Amino acid sequence: MIPENIEPILRVQGLRAAIDGSQVVDGVDFEVPATGITALLGRNGVGKTSTIKSIIGLITRTGGTIELAGERIEKVPTHKIIQRGVGYVPEDREVFSALSVAENLKLAERDEHPNRQLVDELFPDLVKRAHQAAGSLSGGQQQMVSLARALLNDNKLLLVDEPTKGLAPKIVQEVAQALAVAAQSVPILLVEQNLAVVRQLAAGAIILSGGKVVHRTESATDFLNDEALTQRFLGVQSEGAVEQSADTTSGGML
Amino acid sequence: MSTLILLLITGVGLGALYFLVASGLSLIYGLMGVLNFAHGAFLTLGAFVSWEMSRRIGEGTWLTFIITLVIGAAVGGVFAALTEFALIRPLYNRHIEQVLVTVGLSLAAVAIFEGVWGTDSQYTKGPEWFTRTTDVLGAQVPNDRFVTIIVAALVLLGVVLFLKKTRYGMIIRAGVENRSMVTALGIDVRKAFTLVFTIGGAAAGIGGVLASHYFGYVSPALGGSLLIFAFIVTVIGGLGSLAGAAIASVVVGVLQQITNFYWGMGDFVVIVLLAVVLLTKPTGLMGKTA
Amino acid sequence: MSPEPTNTLPSEESTGERNNTSAVTAVDKVARRVRVQPARGAKNPRSKVEAWTLGLAGLLLMAALPLLNLSIPGILPTPTYQPGSLQLLAMCMLMAAAALSYHLLIGVAGLLSFGHALYFGAGSYGLAIILNNFGLPLLPAMGLTLVVALVLSTFTGMVALRVTGIPFAMVSLAFAQAGSVLVRRNPGGATGGEEGVSPDTAGIPDFLIGVANTRNLYWLSLLTLLIVIVVVTWVQSSRAGHVAAAVRENELRVRVLGLQPYWAKLLIFVVAGVLAAAVGMVFVLLQSGTVPRQVSADFTITLLVMVVLGGVGSKWGAVIGGVLYTLLDQRLSAFANSSAVESLPAILHVPLSEPLFILGALFVLVVLFMPGGLTGAVRRLRERLSANSVAKRN
Ligand SMILES: Nc1ncnc2c1ncn2[C@@H]1O[C@H](COP(=O)(O)OP(=O)(O)OP(=O)(O)O)[C@@H](O)[C@H]1O
Ligand SMILES: [Mg+2]
Repeated sequence: MIPENIEPILRVQGLRAAIDGSQVVDGVDFEVPATGITALLGRNGVGKTSTIKSIIGLITRTGGTIELAGERIEKVPTHKIIQRGVGYVPEDREVFSALSVAENLKLAERDEHPNRQLVDELFPDLVKRAHQAAGSLSGGQQQMVSLARALLNDNKLLLVDEPTKGLAPKIVQEVAQALAVAAQSVPILLVEQNLAVVRQLAAGAIILSGGKVVHRTESATDFLNDEALTQRFLGVQSEGAVEQSADTTSGGML
Repeated sequence: MSTLILLLITGVGLGALYFLVASGLSLIYGLMGVLNFAHGAFLTLGAFVSWEMSRRIGEGTWLTFIITLVIGAAVGGVFAALTEFALIRPLYNRHIEQVLVTVGLSLAAVAIFEGVWGTDSQYTKGPEWFTRTTDVLGAQVPNDRFVTIIVAALVLLGVVLFLKKTRYGMIIRAGVENRSMVTALGIDVRKAFTLVFTIGGAAAGIGGVLASHYFGYVSPALGGSLLIFAFIVTVIGGLGSLAGAAIASVVVGVLQQITNFYWGMGDFVVIVLLAVVLLTKPTGLMGKTA
Repeated sequence: MSPEPTNTLPSEESTGERNNTSAVTAVDKVARRVRVQPARGAKNPRSKVEAWTLGLAGLLLMAALPLLNLSIPGILPTPTYQPGSLQLLAMCMLMAAAALSYHLLIGVAGLLSFGHALYFGAGSYGLAIILNNFGLPLLPAMGLTLVVALVLSTFTGMVALRVTGIPFAMVSLAFAQAGSVLVRRNPGGATGGEEGVSPDTAGIPDFLIGVANTRNLYWLSLLTLLIVIVVVTWVQSSRAGHVAAAVRENELRVRVLGLQPYWAKLLIFVVAGVLAAAVGMVFVLLQSGTVPRQVSADFTITLLVMVVLGGVGSKWGAVIGGVLYTLLDQRLSAFANSSAVESLPAILHVPLSEPLFILGALFVLVVLFMPGGLTGAVRRLRERLSANSVAKRN
């Protein structure tokens, strides 16, 4: 069991970030415990991706503090944050399509002894396709590459942004499985729209709206079971109810 | 027929010069988003320093020529690396300002060249063999054309091998595609920035030495005049694509020579070609989607 | 997009009330946000009146200069009523006007063009060629030149604006290069090759010819600058100006609103081109001729340097930059040939005797260390001063 008093691996306070002058992260506070999976939830366009990106400095931060394992990182450049032990799996996989699978993985190796074995076991498909250009892989396979790039190294924290986006149900399960395995050794902050996956994986959850944290919970499952809360913060009925999803071309931009 | 062959080979030679400039421009733009107006100055400085050196150590021998190629590459590479370090790096990610400082640098550099070497052309003298011709299917082709083409092909080969076989090459290829993801893997791309500038500058410096033999002279305006066509070549070939730059260089060089000879409108045809490519495929022949 | 509607979340947009807002008011909102900064100075009605009074007084002073006997040693070569100074001042105003037309591109629409000289050249060469070959009087010849410039900038703009950012810069450069090559080739003897061309005086009214009439040319230049300022101000506050400014800040945002940035940008591109041509026409009258340099990339870069010196995005910055650059260029040439520089050791003497070196280096320094150019520096200074005075009062 997780002791209550253990230090969080990530502590974000008053984080603010802007893209082209619009404040997409607007004073975000939360903590990620040192074990297990924490879900970062919210409707489309509320700033989940932007929050993740600003944590590692891919978006210019305009205020607030970020602590990784007790060390301040809000002024540290992206590559140095990653080198301190952060694995990042971006929202749209972002594999290097002109590079082969092997090259994609090679580029991601930071440690002297990367966890090749773990990755090869989790994603046997990638071993077979080592020399195929990553751009020619299917969406699911590209997601595997993207996950593998993060899992190759020993990390203090994984930031995983919508790993099941646009994947077939069977692949969704494979991805969830891989995350569950990874979570045994590294804490994960997971952005996920697929609530069944959240239910399956996440311990706590943080809910964003309009660039701010509007709700925190120790138990993602309790939260998802609470119809009033999910309706209010995510705009869906919990369990089973069907809500036609709107096309997500734009977020609340203005 | 023999005229056409002569034009073809001369055109490929011209294309080889364009390529030596365009390859660096394209890599720099692809990786860093910087349009480098100072690239012509790298070329000109390489050409002038090599010209000075060859006069000191004795013009007209093969050894001197080879030494000047090395010197040209070194001078261009060092100048480019310094430029990246002193002017481009402080303006990290501010692309417009980065373009502006290269504009300022090119103005200042050309002015210095004029101050040091004068505005007149300085004539070059290569190995005796350069001035002779070789018979290709009846066409008498000046030998320096072959040298230009072979050296440019070797540079192309070297750059390709570097990009394919080394870790930095891999970083550069990945960075051209998606720079922020490279940093998000924990890699400091700034080293790669200095590297592409150095490689681009060295290629331009070699281009300067070859151009000084191809045209027979060096002048402060040498780099600038090649630069504009190299820009066109990079846009036609697709920004960031080395293969595109190579193909477009040859196409542009040959087209320019042939139209210049028959109709005297080579430069226009090139610009019309540019317009046509942009209207049909704005990303260029092999460009990544903008 | 998602295969499973069950578990996906609707976008915030679809649940918010924002959909009711029409795109039109939305873009105005964007535009207003973009314009907040420049509008700040004019917020208070008193300062607005002051600005107008100041502007009017300045204009009257400028208009009266040829009638006054003022000397500014070190800057003007002669007293103001003499042709030497009037010529220089007129050139300053024309360059300010040309820089202002370039400001429309880079400062308003965020278009980094390296081909603006093409349109300036279309004006200067166009007018000279039309006067020399068609036997038209000045005004119709000017009208025809503007039509040519309009067509030219529309066509080239349509192609060049298919790309944005740096590719746009390269394409605009290529077009200008075509113009430059054409002019140097001297087709049909019309452009005079490297020598350039002088307009036939037959079509030009007498009061615009000769050194004795420099002050009329001076007034014409002042009028040109005034017209350019008015047009630029008007374009900046027009709908297209707002859209273009919004595009400069965030193209995506404007596209999402369903607006077509292409047409706004094209309009601004064409207006900037025609204005540059207008300035070019007056230039050819003032200089009684034009040379290929006026169509070259170097000339565009000169305009760029002016605008950056003054401060990108600032209308008055462009004007100040144009004037300052012209004066500096003149002074530096004198300085470069001075005996003080001659006597320096080679390592100082060589760079200092090249005005372009000094300008290029100055430009680099401004870009590196003075973001926002002169107007930016003045603004920062003023902010610091007012912050200080507030601090003192408390
Ligand atoms: N490049 C950009 N330019 C302007 N606005 C942007 C940009 N990128 C994101 N935004 C805006 O920032 C806000 C937050 O976006 P973000 O991608 O962080 O949302 P998200 O919660 O990850 O959404 P989703 O669930 O759709 O992935 C949105 O309103 C979005 O439109
Ligand atoms: Mg997202």
